[in-house]
Amino acid sequence: MPSPIQNPRLLLSHRCLPLHFPPNPFPFPPNPCRLVHRSAAALSPQPAPTPASQNLAIAAPPSSEILSIRESLLSRRRTAAEIAAEYLDRLRRTEPQLRSFLHVSQTAMREAGEVDRLVESGAELGPLTGVLVAVKDNICTADMPSTGGSRILGSYRPAFDATAVRRLREAGAIIVGKTNLDEFGMGSTTEGSGFQVTTNPWDVSRVPGGSSGGSAAAVSARQCVVSLGSDTGGSVRQPASFCGVVGMKPTYGRVSRFGLMAYASSLDVIGCFGSSVVDTAILLSAISGHDRLDATSSKHEVSDYAPQLVSLDHLESKPLKGLRVGVIRETTGEGVDVGVMSSVQAAASHLEQLGSIVTEVSLPSFSLGLPAYYILASSEASSNLSRYDGVRYGYQAAADELSSLYGDSRANGFGPEVKMRILMGTYALSAGYYDAYYKRAQQVRTLVRKSFKDALDKNDILISPAAPSAAYKIGEKTNDPLAMYAGDIMTVNVNLAGLPALVVPCGFVEGGPAGLPVGLQMIGAAFHEEKLLRVGHIFEQTLQNYRFNPPLLAES
Amino acid sequence: MALIYFRCIRMNRLFPHPSSPFTKKSSVLFCTLQASHAQVTTQVENLQNQSKQKEKLIQTATKKTLEHHKHGYEAIIGIETHVQLYTLTKAFCSCPYLYGSRPNTTICPICMGLPGTLPVLNSKVVEFAVKLGLALNCELSMNSKFDRKQYFYPDLPKGYQISQFDVPIATKGFIDLDLPVEFGGGHRRFGITRIHMEEDAGKLLHSEAGSYSQVDLNRAGVPLLEIVSEPDMRSGLEAAEYAAELQRLVRYLGVSNGNMQEGSLRCDVNISVRPIGQSQFGTKVEIKNMNSFSAMNRAIDYEISRQVLLHSEGQNDQIVQETRLWDEAAQKTFTMRKKEGLADYRYFPEPDLPEVVLTKGFVDEIRQSLPELPEAKRRRYEKMGLSMQDVLFLANDNSVADFFDAAVENGAEEKLAANWIMGDIAAYLKNERLTIDEIKLTPKELSELIAFIKNGTISGKIGKEILFELISKGGTVKSLIEEKDLVQIVDPATIEALVDKVLAANPKQLQQYRGGKTKLQGFFAGQVMKESKGKANPMLLNKILTEKLNAGG
Ligand SMILES: [Zn+2]
Repeated sequence: MPSPIQNPRLLLSHRCLPLHFPPNPFPFPPNPCRLVHRSAAALSPQPAPTPASQNLAIAAPPSSEILSIRESLLSRRRTAAEIAAEYLDRLRRTEPQLRSFLHVSQTAMREAGEVDRLVESGAELGPLTGVLVAVKDNICTADMPSTGGSRILGSYRPAFDATAVRRLREAGAIIVGKTNLDEFGMGSTTEGSGFQVTTNPWDVSRVPGGSSGGSAAAVSARQCVVSLGSDTGGSVRQPASFCGVVGMKPTYGRVSRFGLMAYASSLDVIGCFGSSVVDTAILLSAISGHDRLDATSSKHEVSDYAPQLVSLDHLESKPLKGLRVGVIRETTGEGVDVGVMSSVQAAASHLEQLGSIVTEVSLPSFSLGLPAYYILASSEASSNLSRYDGVRYGYQAAADELSSLYGDSRANGFGPEVKMRILMGTYALSAGYYDAYYKRAQQVRTLVRKSFKDALDKNDILISPAAPSAAYKIGEKTNDPLAMYAGDIMTVNVNLAGLPALVVPCGFVEGGPAGLPVGLQMIGAAFHEEKLLRVGHIFEQTLQNYRFNPPLLAES
Repeated sequence: MALIYFRCIRMNRLFPHPSSPFTKKSSVLFCTLQASHAQVTTQVENLQNQSKQKEKLIQTATKKTLEHHKHGYEAIIGIETHVQLYTLTKAFCSCPYLYGSRPNTTICPICMGLPGTLPVLNSKVVEFAVKLGLALNCELSMNSKFDRKQYFYPDLPKGYQISQFDVPIATKGFIDLDLPVEFGGGHRRFGITRIHMEEDAGKLLHSEAGSYSQVDLNRAGVPLLEIVSEPDMRSGLEAAEYAAELQRLVRYLGVSNGNMQEGSLRCDVNISVRPIGQSQFGTKVEIKNMNSFSAMNRAIDYEISRQVLLHSEGQNDQIVQETRLWDEAAQKTFTMRKKEGLADYRYFPEPDLPEVVLTKGFVDEIRQSLPELPEAKRRRYEKMGLSMQDVLFLANDNSVADFFDAAVENGAEEKLAANWIMGDIAAYLKNERLTIDEIKLTPKELSELIAFIKNGTISGKIGKEILFELISKGGTVKSLIEEKDLVQIVDPATIEALVDKVLAANPKQLQQYRGGKTKLQGFFAGQVMKESKGKANPMLLNKILTEKLNAGG
């Protein structure tokens, strides 16, 4: 069936003008020349010379792997063991290049066998039955090591499952392994892991993003069906953008943090990766909800997110009619790559084509968010990481006296980025500096919350790039921490405000053997995940002619 | 959870002077580590250097001059008290706490501070804090919060203690008490600066040789209330009575067992001394490790004398900010560690716990459920006309007070009930090491007993005999009297017959009496009482006997 929606990229190329917004308010940088120039730059090799866009004719929107597995099991077309074997086989073949896993389950095949017996018995199947889920290694699993990507927990095995993991298992999931990350979530490239560097499936010379780089790469390369990550300042959304997968950062308190190794407790959330919005929604439904073990988890009702997502066939011509979309002005200016900008402009145009009303919105406190975030996150981190002292578990330096036991265990156990943030946080909380740093950052946080609230009173969702650039080269920013921190500008404000945000792939920029994916960030009001998923799903299903299957997948 | 081990951690630093006599003598941790408490160092004072003579001087001075004012100095004393709450589970996890359990048997991932674990507040802790706050006449913070107090120590599994910093749950209260009569008596009101909620740390167990230490986390996460007093006390006695009143209060409220030996009530005392008339405070010294009220009293008076002596000798520069421990065996305080500047605990709001929000309804409900508190009880007993001695005794223990009140409610005369309780009953309880709840005597029977004596049915002597029977075996006064035929003989004719019989049986003594040896009346009275098996009404007996003795010859 021909879609009623035209490809925005094609629209763009035909008209040579990126957008046809109402002239006022003009949602993008006020200089139209620059705008045209940028778009032209991005679009000059039109259509982009990537396999994804070369396959325009055969491109189909992503479909749910979880639902297809379920259908296969119920119809007895395939067994869980066959499905697990397929994923594990791909995992084994791609892992030497990707290095996304710190630990691969030894029992996945056995668990798949158990699923098949369950299917055989005709028992009711949980929503994730037979689905291979990868879990970021800062989320505790009782049957596998959990290191948080840190040498200080090199051989640590938790005594319990995180609540999110327990809920996955109860929903029938098979935990396929633990994925790599920047140590304790502190980083944006996964280069900060204490063990290995994960690569990007779109170009193995590039970073997958971070800190949940392992989980994003694993989903992108279909080493697993879906995965869990954690997002303190963008650690789910930025790698989702870099790896061309869907990433969901839920509202703070939507998913229990019990079992998530704390980095910055007031910002941390467990998030989801999937290769489609539907899969992401099913995963989110499984792990959401109040938990009596986490006093900050919300009692707000959880709806089953997936059934709201109707198939393409049932979409009207303007499925997003009346949806008010605000483009965050502060995310479209300087420092954002031209290609990224044009992809996001195209996405805005696409949303408009779907019936939504796109306007520009300003968040005046936006630029203050980044420094405030780094003060708050480092402060909390300096406290949360105090427990890694070498006394009870984890790495312990040989020492004759207590002060060197502490000093050496921590000096040798932690990596440089973690040590830097502990130092910054300790400084910010010190007597005499507290008011100037921590307290002031909290005031900024209040401002950020308020400006988001104002913007979301006038708009249903806000959009921005998920990151100012696409994936960059491994090692490119390791010596420039400030440049690395600046990369978080698009995402940290959302954590400060505690809001939900969804990243969906929306386009490509040049780079690598097949182009590099770009993600669109959609931000909603607190506990409006359902709305984000619905919009994200419609966007994804109507975004024709792009396929976000990385070259590595084709090779394997 | 079975496979959780603690490493024995080697910490030679814990005993900087392993040969120090204190290592063995004192079971306390007189050590803090250079690396851990920032800017606080450990130094065990070398006692050999301190002249024995000086100690003697201080001790004599302590005895001689409980009234320090005589010296022209006054002591300023403030107390920080930690009260361990008597909740079923710990503050932030569901572990129980049982004093004396084997090390590391009442722990879980949460109170061990394992990665990924989170605290969830036990609502009982808030309830108990509000109770104590109201009982101490405090202002309650309807919105308070928890904060993290950060320092490294092996008994602190998270590297921070969850506590309350700038917004404690209760502030600006006071406590009323009466000093014991034997120490001159008097009513006192001491200010309460604040009460806040926090969690306890674990304990270090030191090896015999002192070469390593082990960590016991059973106590980690047990809820505490810290009560900070105003610096309103002036002597060891006042400080000890303040602590005793707090203990009484927490026991009345049922929020703690208040046991000092088990560490459920721990007092850290700050003492400074200044010349009377000076407004500026002297250098503050902290004293810890006092396991009883009398130890507090003695430790403080010792410390006051030590400081006064240094002042009077012009050596007040030798009074330094430090923590000193009370050595019970040597009856003196000694330096545990000197404080170099203020420790920076880098407090910040605990992000894992929501704010503590009290509602008016919650507070009102607790206010209405408060029992009558010791101060109110004392004032009520005072109004009954009881002596202060009686008042203090009865109000000291809630169950004794309840017993007394119930007896009075059953009609017992107040003074008589007090006498019985403070006399024979208290003596029995002391001998048998029982509490008043554990004996078979009920307040109702005590009031019956008092009534039967008062109306003359039985004599006081028989009453006493019955009392012990009631205490140990129970039963009612009435049935005991009937069963044993103990009703007092009040019929004059019967008594007269008994007197006649005795006089007839002792003609020699009668002759002597009538010859002027009137002291023999006691002999006759005893014989008559014996004849009556103790049941003759003594007044009647004496009246008739006197008449008979003086009637003849
Ligand atoms: Zn516990």
